[in-house]
Amino acid sequence: MAASAARRAERRAGLFMVSPALVVFSVFMFVPIGMTFWYSLHKYSGFGRMRWIGTDNYATILSDHTFWAAAKNTILYTAITVPIGVVAGLSAALLLNRWMPARGLFRALFYVPVVISGVASGIIFLRLFDPLLGILNQIMTSVGLPSIDWQGSGFWALMSIIIVSTWQGIGFGMVVYLAALQGIPREVYEAGIVDGAIGWKRFRHITWPLLRPTTFFLVVYSIIGSFQVFDVVYVLTRGGPGTSTTFLVQYAYDQGFNQRKQGYAAAIGVILYVVVLLFTLVQWRVTKDRDEA
Amino acid sequence: MTTPRDSSTSLADLAGEPTAVAVAAPAEGEARDSRRVTGIRLVIAIVSVVVLMFPMYWMIRTSLAPTSELSDLPVALWPKNWLWHNYTDPWHQFPFARWLKNSVVIAVVSVVLTLAINLMAGYAFAKLRFPMRNALFLLIISTLMVPIQVIMVPQFQMVIDLHLLNSNWGVIIPRLAEAFGLFMARQFFLAMPDELIEAAKLDGAGHFRTFWSVVLPLSKPLIASLVIFTFMWRWNEFVWPLIVLDDPNAYTLPVGLQFLISQFSTNFGPLLAMSFLSILPMLVVFAFFQKYFVEGVARTGLK
Repeated sequence: MAASAARRAERRAGLFMVSPALVVFSVFMFVPIGMTFWYSLHKYSGFGRMRWIGTDNYATILSDHTFWAAAKNTILYTAITVPIGVVAGLSAALLLNRWMPARGLFRALFYVPVVISGVASGIIFLRLFDPLLGILNQIMTSVGLPSIDWQGSGFWALMSIIIVSTWQGIGFGMVVYLAALQGIPREVYEAGIVDGAIGWKRFRHITWPLLRPTTFFLVVYSIIGSFQVFDVVYVLTRGGPGTSTTFLVQYAYDQGFNQRKQGYAAAIGVILYVVVLLFTLVQWRVTKDRDEA
Repeated sequence: MTTPRDSSTSLADLAGEPTAVAVAAPAEGEARDSRRVTGIRLVIAIVSVVVLMFPMYWMIRTSLAPTSELSDLPVALWPKNWLWHNYTDPWHQFPFARWLKNSVVIAVVSVVLTLAINLMAGYAFAKLRFPMRNALFLLIISTLMVPIQVIMVPQFQMVIDLHLLNSNWGVIIPRLAEAFGLFMARQFFLAMPDELIEAAKLDGAGHFRTFWSVVLPLSKPLIASLVIFTFMWRWNEFVWPLIVLDDPNAYTLPVGLQFLISQFSTNFGPLLAMSFLSILPMLVVFAFFQKYFVEGVARTGLK
């Protein structure tokens, strides 16, 4: 029958066209994820023989102070950066949503830090935060504030990372919120005006509830993104002083490639994977419920 | 994520806007704030941009100054003399030209290969019926947010086994599994009307002919977004090249830059000059194609 021949042709074409993607995803994503579990059950220096040690790596993690410090730092960093990023992105979007002169130029400039590499951003701020020669401390002392030893204390080192992350991320949040704001039909606002919803009231009762799915997306996306912050930390603080800016990804890298404990690094990788997967599933669940509602 | 969204219509104003400094006329029928409110917003916007752009300015300002001027406190906001040799000297002292070449080769080859893979797969996942389609798509999308640190140990072993350490291919090949681009492509093709494809079929075109001569020519905005995002990700990438490359001649720009930090120590002038050179190509790409950055973010259905 012609119909089934056509269906067979479609099936063949479809499988053929996804096959390159399936090959690269199998070889460089699915197999490595599986192998990470396998490595995590071994002691391995990266060269020579692997030695099976069962769940010893995970037992070690449980009593590893540096691991828990890194986990705590990651959570603290996430808890501070994500809300700041969401508020900053939303504020920028509201600021630049409606007409004003040179609006497009403003939007573009807000977005510029997003396209700059983490390493270059780190170097730029390394200069700004420099305790002796940095312009930031010069400005602060010139207005009578105390100068800050940004890399000297754990608290300020973490703050410096948070400042750079916010600088890098504001443009992304803005674009996401702008897209959502443009999607709100004008009639919704016009109906609101009749009910007296203007200014803050309009934002509180109309705009903000309509943006809820966007906010949810951005929060989950930023949480997962904040588990991955590496480049800026590597350049700016190297995880220090002490372990005060060591996050889980830094710790995994350090264990795997500086300490050459690749099995242990893989075990940390497994934990990261499980956490990221949980957040991804939550996002799917909620998005799916919303779309079906 | 499960429903297609055509974001291009609602974004028409956002994405297609000219960004000239000139006072742009408001889109027809667009609601405007009162003059006073617009004025307040404008002032806030100017102050914000000054703060946000200050680090960029300070990078350029520092890159043009001798070390002596920078340690002479307080540092003047405007350079006293313009020192260009920060931009020329490091080329002789370090294999900067090699790093630039490696970065260009890696970014360009990655763009070509990633696009070929993701355009085909995205189209098939959106428009063609084949067994296990949804399961395979979900499996791929589940890796969207997996950090490189999860798979770096086995991938490093693979690169060693393939003898690709210190090679451009060792950086390129393992990163071809790029779920974001695939997702972006599928969302775009889902929004494409079936009638277009049916019409091509009635003209006797097979699936590949339809894809090549009907679908792809209509996908220029998608292709532009994919080119730009893939280029940016690969150009800026740090962790994976840091793992694969340990020979200074094989470095990419980001890996080379972090190497220079230890070389220059507090001699910030040449370090920031090189940093600026490394981001300049990205800034040029952004200046010309910025609307595709915006469209790309919106197209992933992020709303």
